[in-house]
Amino acid sequence: MSTFKLKKGYNLNLQGGITTSTVATAPAPRQCAVVPDDFYGVIPRLDKKAGETVAAGEPLYHDKTHEAIKVVSPVSGVVKAVNRGDRRKIESIVIECDGSTGVIRHDPGADAKATLLESGLWAMMRQRPYDIVPNPDVVPRDIFVTCFDSAPLAPSLTTVLGDKQQYINKGVEVLSSLTSGKVYMGCRPDEVIEAPGAETNTFEGPHPAGNVGVQINNVKPVNKGETVWALDVVTLARIGELFTTGTVSFDTLVAVDGSEVVTPQYVKATMGCPVADLVAGNIADDNGKTKRYISGNVLTGTQVDAATGFLRAPYRQLTVIPEVDHPDEFMGWASLSPKKFSIYRDFTGWLLGRNKKAVKMDARIQGGERAIVMSGEYDRMLPMDIYAEFLIKAIIAFDIDKMEQLGIYEVAPEDFALAEYADTSKLELQRIVREGLDKMRKEVE
Amino acid sequence: MKALKNFMDKISPTFHEGGKLAKLQSVYDGMETFLFTPNTTSRSGVHIHDANDMKRTMSTVIVALIPCLLFGMYNVGLQHYLALGTAEHTGWFTMWLFGLLAMLPVIIVSYVVGLGIEFISAQIHHKEIQEGYLVTGLLIPLIVPINTPLWMTAIAVAFAVIFAKEVFGGTGMNIFNVALVARAFLFFSYPSKMSGDLAFVKTSSALGFGGGTVSDAFSGATPLGQVAANVGDTLQPLHDVAGNAIGTMDAFLGTIAGSPGETSMVCILIGAFILLLTGVASWRVMGSVFAGGLVMGFIAHACATPTYPASMLDPLAQLCYGGFAFAAVFMATDPVTGARTHTGQYIYGFLIGVIAILIRVYNGGYPEGAMLAVLLMNAFAPLIDHCVVSANINRRLKRASRTAKE
Repeated sequence: MSTFKLKKGYNLNLQGGITTSTVATAPAPRQCAVVPDDFYGVIPRLDKKAGETVAAGEPLYHDKTHEAIKVVSPVSGVVKAVNRGDRRKIESIVIECDGSTGVIRHDPGADAKATLLESGLWAMMRQRPYDIVPNPDVVPRDIFVTCFDSAPLAPSLTTVLGDKQQYINKGVEVLSSLTSGKVYMGCRPDEVIEAPGAETNTFEGPHPAGNVGVQINNVKPVNKGETVWALDVVTLARIGELFTTGTVSFDTLVAVDGSEVVTPQYVKATMGCPVADLVAGNIADDNGKTKRYISGNVLTGTQVDAATGFLRAPYRQLTVIPEVDHPDEFMGWASLSPKKFSIYRDFTGWLLGRNKKAVKMDARIQGGERAIVMSGEYDRMLPMDIYAEFLIKAIIAFDIDKMEQLGIYEVAPEDFALAEYADTSKLELQRIVREGLDKMRKEVE
Repeated sequence: MKALKNFMDKISPTFHEGGKLAKLQSVYDGMETFLFTPNTTSRSGVHIHDANDMKRTMSTVIVALIPCLLFGMYNVGLQHYLALGTAEHTGWFTMWLFGLLAMLPVIIVSYVVGLGIEFISAQIHHKEIQEGYLVTGLLIPLIVPINTPLWMTAIAVAFAVIFAKEVFGGTGMNIFNVALVARAFLFFSYPSKMSGDLAFVKTSSALGFGGGTVSDAFSGATPLGQVAANVGDTLQPLHDVAGNAIGTMDAFLGTIAGSPGETSMVCILIGAFILLLTGVASWRVMGSVFAGGLVMGFIAHACATPTYPASMLDPLAQLCYGGFAFAAVFMATDPVTGARTHTGQYIYGFLIGVIAILIRVYNGGYPEGAMLAVLLMNAFAPLIDHCVVSANINRRLKRASRTAKE
């Protein structure tokens, strides 16, 4: 076990963290949804049409190229709607629940890879390069498991996990059989999780230390031509459970937090359940100000509709923040108010030590998009051996050789989320990186 | 503020597509985002953004320039009254007022011409107006000699903004520091007006204020000009425009002849403090420019020879005289034209310092080298970064081939 001390990055201290230890339970969902965008890289070919019945754990669709990759329904019921967007892209598949608790059973003794693919848990893993659902034809060099989430207001993964050490052990055993290398676990120093057969490393330092990509880069970076898998410890435990009991658990513990939540708390729920079930009666009512519901954290999450939206993968956090907390702010850029939060020192907050206090932030961009002017801003937010700014420029210019040389195979959009927050030029870095990865994949394959 | 917001909302249709003044849309949008932080919220990617934006960053630099600007005005007045021989009977406020009136037209010309071009360019490209020129527009009046005719300044600004910036794609894309390109354009196009005895001290009246006959003792040569013209084995004592002896302390305070913003080391250091405290400028660049200047100053001083009289100045004096400190604090630290990697910044800054003193000492044609040093290193900054980034690339390649062998 080694310890990595990461200096770069920043812990944003937002209002609305969970302080209570009570865990609420969401009502049994009447509808659940699966969103294909959550399983990036899988091109859906439907197995179930609208009106067909589906059991919990039964495939809803499979991948166009690798037909073995399945995405399954988290509940049993009837497929109510397949919602399509532009060019008939499937945006979501909604299932009307029938309330039964039966789950598809798998044979725990069967071939590990086939079972994983069939169970739908395969689609919850990611591979580097490209940050997509792993290609089943490639044996990974190593498998990396992150055991903590360092994002703002993120749930403690050990809490989400519960007491599942035996499942973790089993999961490591299964994954070890699928790689030619090792299974690595990345932990916070105060929440060390170990399992026989896995190498545990600890990471000290601010967000994004919990990002699996950051951990990979510090432990054993991905080289050209290599593939590694990445997952979180909750998925690892689910894999262990599958190979112990034969069933996949679709229950999850969701951190419902953010400044607009009255009592931030953990809520027991089902994957893909309606957002409204998670926050019912728990939202601050301040004269109907618009709020932003984010499935996930404020950096990498997806905006969902409060009334009709569903919880999105990785199914463990819902953040609610104000949309515009301070409309028509007069000359906000010239503000001398210490309440104005910035991680930079050209605002006055840091002089009074305000930056240590929890802060309420809204969804405003607070500036216009510009060319990159300030230097070193991205590098300060990315604890990887990568020149982030040069990589971003190479992607914008779509210079394939440069992208490759500067380490595009090692990054995922989420790694740039904090830099995107901090960017004075307000560029959409995650979108840029995603497009770069997609183009790269197209070019290489 | 509500009333102002309502007014802006009311006139908004006039300035947008279909309105009578749609040609001025970029101006309207620029004004609106200046007055009110836009309510636009993020559509993709992160849901929260830092309060810091380009407006804030650029205005921080403006704030850092204010001490230099205010003192520069005072000093323009001081030099004027020294030249007339009436400095003793003139209060500081009168001097400052004279300087204000002398500099105001330059500042206005700089902003009107520069921002005008920016507005037109933004309108043509349907982009938001960029804040970059706010800083450049103030830097130019601080670094051009006060006696430069306004039409020359206007041409230089137009040349610099169009050919050093807009053709490259606007703020953030330029290769050379725009303010220095304006200065260099003046310097090479109108050399007679840019140096010598008549450039740096305004002896005529400013907008009808001040003026009079110049006293007999007047000589408008800057200290570095005097050094360059030095004959003999030892350095003759330096004198101010009225013939009184001056020393390094006067240069430190800034009461000497020179471009308005560049004379006072004290004010430049206040600006440097603001830039470093707020983290807007890179301490790596700033520090290494001074380090490079000191090192080269020591070397030149150790091999002092009457052939190159500036080599007889001691290293600390080298830093205080001329535009060296101003270039180190405000010009070299421009992130767009400078090196962007940490290692690169040390090299970039150090070489600026070295080359500035090198030109000053060993090139008889130019008594001051800071401007040329920064422009030269602007051209080399991408190369320096390329070398630094190549090290990272090679490390990655090596790692790949090593694992491939295993």
